[in-house]
Amino acid sequence: MLTINDLQASIGQKQILKGINLTVKAGEVHAIMGPNGSGKSTLASVLAGREDYEVTGGSVDYEGKDLLDMPAEVRAAEGIFLAFQYPVEIPGVSTTNFLKTAMNEIRKYHGKEPMDAVQFLRLMKEKMKLVNIDQSLLSRALNEGFSGGEKKRNEIFQMAMLEPKLAILDETDSGLDIDALRIVAEGVNTLRSPERATIVVTHYQRLLDYIVPDFVHVLYKGRIVRSGPKELAYELEEKGYDWIKAEVEAAGV
Amino acid sequence: MTNQPQNNPVPTFRDRLLAGFRVSEERMNGETKSPLHQIRRAALKTFETLGFPTVKQEEWKYSNVTSLINKAYEIDQPSTISAEDLNSLQIPNLSGNILYFLNGHYRADLSRIVSPASEVQIMSFREAITEQSEAVGAYFSRLADFEDSAFTALNTAFASDGVFIRVPDGQTVVEPIIMRFITDARTNSVAAQPRNLIIVGRNAEVKVVEAYRTLGDEASFTNAVTEVVVAREARVEYYKVQNDTDQSYHIGRTQVRQADNSLFYSTTVTLNGGFVRNDLNIVLDGEHCEAHMYGLYLPNGKQHIDNHTLVDHAKPNSYSNELYKGILEDRATGVFNGKIYVRPDAQKTNAYQSCKNVVRSPDATMNTKPQLEIYADDVKCSHGTTTGQLNDEALFYMRSRGIPKEQAQTLLMYAFAEDVMNKIKIAPIRDYLEGIVAEKLAM
Repeated sequence: MLTINDLQASIGQKQILKGINLTVKAGEVHAIMGPNGSGKSTLASVLAGREDYEVTGGSVDYEGKDLLDMPAEVRAAEGIFLAFQYPVEIPGVSTTNFLKTAMNEIRKYHGKEPMDAVQFLRLMKEKMKLVNIDQSLLSRALNEGFSGGEKKRNEIFQMAMLEPKLAILDETDSGLDIDALRIVAEGVNTLRSPERATIVVTHYQRLLDYIVPDFVHVLYKGRIVRSGPKELAYELEEKGYDWIKAEVEAAGV
Repeated sequence: MTNQPQNNPVPTFRDRLLAGFRVSEERMNGETKSPLHQIRRAALKTFETLGFPTVKQEEWKYSNVTSLINKAYEIDQPSTISAEDLNSLQIPNLSGNILYFLNGHYRADLSRIVSPASEVQIMSFREAITEQSEAVGAYFSRLADFEDSAFTALNTAFASDGVFIRVPDGQTVVEPIIMRFITDARTNSVAAQPRNLIIVGRNAEVKVVEAYRTLGDEASFTNAVTEVVVAREARVEYYKVQNDTDQSYHIGRTQVRQADNSLFYSTTVTLNGGFVRNDLNIVLDGEHCEAHMYGLYLPNGKQHIDNHTLVDHAKPNSYSNELYKGILEDRATGVFNGKIYVRPDAQKTNAYQSCKNVVRSPDATMNTKPQLEIYADDVKCSHGTTTGQLNDEALFYMRSRGIPKEQAQTLLMYAFAEDVMNKIKIAPIRDYLEGIVAEKLAM
């Protein structure tokens, strides 16, 4: 589904991604872990099409197409979804109206008629249950005045509505209590299917108790320095990141 | 006037106005001796002394009227607009009292008054001069002081028509009163100077709308003055809607005086206009008054929109709240000047002011100036102005969900404007304006 080849990206003069290689197949869940400042969120943002970053080298192939060539909205229409680490507050636009616009724009991209109001509401009700989100929250301005947990649940709700092929969760676990974490994870797990893939970006192993990954990658200084099965996450939890840092420094990379 | 001999100097607008005043006096019989006409004469004198303002005057620093006063407007041009022409201007589903003014003059034949006379007296200002001489004598020109305003002086000198509304004590006017000021600039340049007087009695309630619309491509000049007297416990909703042309000049002043426990709730929406200057002045001449001022302006092209507001807290324990918002495109210019006076007497005043702008083009300019003059020590006042671009983070967030950039921008601008649009409580008017706003923002 996704093949990242020697991806390099910088912001301003500062290079952050220094050659990422990663292959994600349909049906897989990949966890990307790493200490703060290692480039995890940058990778998520670059994949979603944030223009603040400049891609300085490498390529990303998404279902046979050049992902880096697509504007953010086309990536979304092609099935990529980024759950934001810090969901943006948008005064004056309700979640409902926002999502309806988004869904219909994606449908338009695929040459489909817009969804009628009844269909949309039915779908919304169904997905609301999934993340235990309240109707009143959805009629309010998008994320405005939402608690941290509400914002994250709203991200997963949007994901459930848009049913992406490739979901990228950027530190979705940060700031969540255990109950919210469970709800978020359940939402993600419900969407797991042989046709879809998920990239979970996280600092802690905690979320991975609930969203069990097929692969774990450790990002450090803009490179994936280690990949392994889910057990790697437990090892990191136990020993922290220092041993990996030490290994990398010793190898003189 | 159009066939001026070539060797005669073309009279200036000022000359034409002064000549027009003499002509109108000749047409009057006994009225020249009336107290009202003495006010007109005094106002003309003031206008002659003051002359049109220049950018050297602080109040007009960013609004240059030079091109306004160099046009050859017909001062008393009758309009040939028919009832059929007006059909296309109808606001869908709008019920209520709908009054038409063509080039400043009331047209009873086109208007519809549905509220019973026991609830409210609605008539043209011209009629009121004789029919309601006592009320006109008591309030006309008592609120809108012309001593330091050339345009108010000019309007006062020519005050002859417009609307007169009087709500007796204790009455609630159920249906809104919508005044539609249509300027017909289809065949030549015209000037209109409506003069409105609205008197709202004790514990009475009314909703009024001043809606300005210019038709045609010729230049037009509207110089409107509205005086609103708000008695104790009265509640007034006041809306001003401007949808003029790029060739139109609009100078408008609304002067309000509130007594104890009254509420004045105003929203000004300026959709289009080549040159617009609005002055909204509210004197809180009572305790426990509430004044709300909301505004939205959306200039594009070379449009210039200037909103000056003034809240004068003259007595203790009153509250004022103000929010003006603007979206500026292309080479448009905007001005916001918000004055708040808190007089030494006006302890426990709460006064809030905010002006927020989105400037969408490097060639557009917004000038904001909050002016707080506080002479009491136990007050809560705040003000803030922001001028910036659309939030990039929000744009990316929306795009990452599949909404193309341009739609995302339009949605964000619309949401920005909604804050003010939501203040319009007359649903058919809000719906109608939302349609125009959406269309303009999607351009």
